[in-house]
Amino acid sequence: MEDTIVRAQNFNAYFGTNHVVKNVNIDLPRNNAIAVMGPSGCGKTTFLRCINRMHELIAGAHVDGKMYLHQEDIYDMHPIFVRLKIGMVFQRPNPFPNLSIYDNVIAGYKLVGMKLPKAERDQKVEESLTKAALWNEVKDSLHKKGTFLSGGQQQRLCIARAIAMEPEVMLFDEPTSALDPISTASIEELFFELKKSYTLIIVTHNMQQAARVSDRTAFFYLGELVEFDDTKQMFTNPKDLRTQNYITGRFS
Amino acid sequence: MNKKPTSPINYRLAKSRAYQVLIIIFAMAITIPLFFIIGYIFVQGVQKINWTFLTHIPKPVGESGGGIANALVGSLIIVAVAAVIAIPIGIMCGIYLSENKRSKLAYWSRLSVDILQGVPSIVIGIVVYFWIVKPAGGFSAFSGSIALAIMMLPIVVRSTEETLKLLPDSLKEAALALGIPYHRVILSVIVPCGISGILSGVILSVARIAGETAPLLFTAFGNPYLSGDIRKPMQSLPLLIFNYATSPYDDWRDLAWGASLILLLWVLLLNIFTKVITRRWKIQL
Repeated sequence: MEDTIVRAQNFNAYFGTNHVVKNVNIDLPRNNAIAVMGPSGCGKTTFLRCINRMHELIAGAHVDGKMYLHQEDIYDMHPIFVRLKIGMVFQRPNPFPNLSIYDNVIAGYKLVGMKLPKAERDQKVEESLTKAALWNEVKDSLHKKGTFLSGGQQQRLCIARAIAMEPEVMLFDEPTSALDPISTASIEELFFELKKSYTLIIVTHNMQQAARVSDRTAFFYLGELVEFDDTKQMFTNPKDLRTQNYITGRFS
Repeated sequence: MNKKPTSPINYRLAKSRAYQVLIIIFAMAITIPLFFIIGYIFVQGVQKINWTFLTHIPKPVGESGGGIANALVGSLIIVAVAAVIAIPIGIMCGIYLSENKRSKLAYWSRLSVDILQGVPSIVIGIVVYFWIVKPAGGFSAFSGSIALAIMMLPIVVRSTEETLKLLPDSLKEAALALGIPYHRVILSVIVPCGISGILSGVILSVARIAGETAPLLFTAFGNPYLSGDIRKPMQSLPLLIFNYATSPYDDWRDLAWGASLILLLWVLLLNIFTKVITRRWKIQL
């Protein structure tokens, strides 16, 4: 029996009266790469944004049902604690344009006014950038603005920024859809390293990507969780007809 | 086939050319009044300006010489106090408006700011006279600062709001997703990223009120002597120009020309400074 880190129970999410995530029940196992796939508008991104309570930032958005991190109900915790434990990387790289590469990595500490001793700070920056496979490329220009980097490097900088907070879970919202194939490959490679220390939940509309990088795959369709299984199982022998149709390209 | 289409095409080309020329002429025409004003004030004012002019107060009627030190110091104090009052309120209001675009309060607040911008400056002067000068029992530089602060507010609010509205939401999401509390998101991410726009709005509003005369007529009132006490009447550049330019004494009118040039240079420099800041401090998103 694997250890569950995030669990949703009868979970629903809405934008006003628009019901976008419908009664989802799922147990996400720790230290796995979990792909969440499905056609556009199926609620996969909304589901992801519910996990770290980013969904509620949109006016009119609300949820019901239960969402747990370990045994604790995420919706009873303060959103700030939730987001410290569950990091997020967005679709478009969004480093802070007013900060250097160095400061971007420790932004989560710097911007709340937490002062780390310099040695500890330097170590954290190097460690996080190394884990994000960016250290060798930027170690000589740490004090340049993060926005000078290429798109793929910026995305890895955003990953380093999330790693620096030492989260347990990392959410990726279509992290490579704004990147070229080479940058995409480097991010996908990174996932193999990252899942050793973190639980990765990766939303993607790219089936090949889901197949390449994930251990488990969840398939969403029209707001429902249709199927959640081992990735290999799902892609070779899907149980649900809708999954089969999606994988074989009968609809997208 | 043998009918040549050249003539209508030539006609169209000529028409297009004529429009282009017309647009260029108007674009150039717009700069003429400015050059004319600057040139005229410069010619009239430049030989009056010297060290004595900047460091002495006006001489009584009949004596030649003297300067505008009292008005220069007065203007600096009055504008500085106005800025201290208006800038924090204006920036915070601008932040509220950009953060809560559709709330009821934002609607009314935005409407009031727009209307405030259209209130004639003399009306603001009179209102401040009845609110502050009369209850306080006398004219004061401080009441003048209040009047100018009211004039500054709409400019600061709107420029802050417009600047912050242009920042992408992804920036705020990036900060929130790191578990950064809302107030730090605003203070450490949103405001620093919009700082060039906010600052240029602030500087332009200072330039704008530096030359305001009407709100000061019944408030700061003017003072022939040098004073640094904001509870007392104080001279300022526009008031000095207004009073001395219409006086029958040549010496005083010379002071007014010199003061006009100083005021013009002040506004000009602030405008150039704004351009530099927007270029230098612009954050590449």
